Amino acid sequence: MQFALLIFEDPAAFAARNNEDEKDPYLGAWRAYHKALVEAGVYVGGNPLQAPETGTTVRIKEGKRRVQDGPFAETKEQLGGFTILELPSLDAALDWAARCPAASAGAVEVRPVSAVYLRRVTG
Amino acid sequence: MSESGQESTHRAIERVARESYGRLVAYLSSHTRDVASAEDALSNALVKALTTWPKDGVPQNPEAWLLTTARHSLIDLIRHQRVALESEPTLLHLREESKEMVSSTEFPDERLKLLFVCAHPAIDPAMHTPLMLQTVLGLDAARIAQAFLISPTTMGQRLVRAKTKIHDAGIQFEIPQERELPQRLDAVLEAIYAAFGLGWDDMAGVDQRGRDLAEEAIWLARVLLEQMPAEAEARGLLALMLYCEARRAARRGPDGRFVPLSEQDSRKWSQPLIEEAERHLAEAASRSRIGRFQLEAAIQSVHAGRARSGRTEWDAIVMFYGQLIRISPTLGTRTGYAAAVAEAKGAEAGLGVLDGIDPDDVSSYQPYWAVRAHVLQRLGQKSEAADAFDRAIGLTEDLAVRQFLLQRRG
Repeated sequence: MQFALLIFEDPAAFAARNNEDEKDPYLGAWRAYHKALVEAGVYVGGNPLQAPETGTTVRIKEGKRRVQDGPFAETKEQLGGFTILELPSLDAALDWAARCPAASAGAVEVRPVSAVYLRRVTG
Repeated sequence: MSESGQESTHRAIERVARESYGRLVAYLSSHTRDVASAEDALSNALVKALTTWPKDGVPQNPEAWLLTTARHSLIDLIRHQRVALESEPTLLHLREESKEMVSSTEFPDERLKLLFVCAHPAIDPAMHTPLMLQTVLGLDAARIAQAFLISPTTMGQRLVRAKTKIHDAGIQFEIPQERELPQRLDAVLEAIYAAFGLGWDDMAGVDQRGRDLAEEAIWLARVLLEQMPAEAEARGLLALMLYCEARRAARRGPDGRFVPLSEQDSRKWSQPLIEEAERHLAEAASRSRIGRFQLEAAIQSVHAGRARSGRTEWDAIVMFYGQLIRISPTLGTRTGYAAAVAEAKGAEAGLGVLDGIDPDDVSSYQPYWAVRAHVLQRLGQKSEAADAFDRAIGLTEDLAVRQFLLQRRG
């Protein structure tokens, strides 16, 4: 089954992405983690997201567009990306979440992908 | 009662809870086979102690007081379960015992039976260790969940299911017959060692999860050995854990940096713990029944020898690993053997051993990649080494180990 690892990072981790140094340890850790996921045959997909301040949130309230600068929720740690993994169990997903570099710097939330709802939506 | 008096009463309750928890649960559940109710009854008794001891003072024999109170609570619990007919014999038995208890403060230590119940083949092997930690040591589900990287709710549910199984499957509280003893004891030893959870501190594969439980595991091994002093492997396991525990202070630099075994300052190793480990290992070896844990302890004994001689006798380690592979050809053993061969006979030979392991088996096994990276680096195969380092880094969950490997990778 598929699991989403939702990567939450603090402002320092987002700022570190602007570091041009190819030897940056956080970048190195992420490269290694990605390679380990691919080589273990569990990687399905995923993407990093740009910093939370680049987000724009849209709602339709009483038929009118409400557009707000910034992310949906104002919290210290913000969604910084996601990874989808194909794994046999939640236990395995938690193991991979623990190995994620963001688990030491921020937090990683593990959520099962809802295959049932996907089928109902896509028909 | 003064505030400090209250505090000392609370400490007394904590102490007796910690030291007696397993003895009381084991004894209370040995006849009913109902571990969950025994635990509930004991917590009721502990709550009652918290309210009455500060008023009336700590009783002369706190353990006996807890037992009597818990037993009354257990009788109530069973009565409330409304299975009066079925539980009548149990109730009768408990009441009879209650009468005897008034005059006697001694009760048999049934913890060994409880350990065998926890590691029974009918129980999911993944639950052996969590069950022991909860029923014998009284750790709560949340703390156990942390160690096993499972959500506290899930761990709670799994523990409840396992205890229901003990009761419903009719697992007997008994020491296994001689015929099945070796296998059953093995499961108990494995579960205790899993709580200890390291074994890989030497190869940059520190398991963060296990570290908190090291002391609890050593406690469990002592409980086991107290009751089975003649079991060489039980003693071997205790020796193994003591050797590893002796190196705890040396495994991190002052800045929290990871320090591999080969670079540890042996003056920081605890000599008293090493000496205790040596005594246990010698005693175990005198019984001439070699086994996995004694061999692993022997390997650690060679490492400990560096504190005296200043050098590591890698040939001896290779020999012990060779024996270990014959009885326990696990990934861990084979990886350890490869690392030892690389030291004793050269990196080329070590790489040969690693190449003999099926790559599919190691796709998420961190220590293999850490050793492979190290060996390839020594052989000057830079890009292959960098690849292996990446795999090892990507599979590490310990920040200090990750930083150490990133640095080594260059």
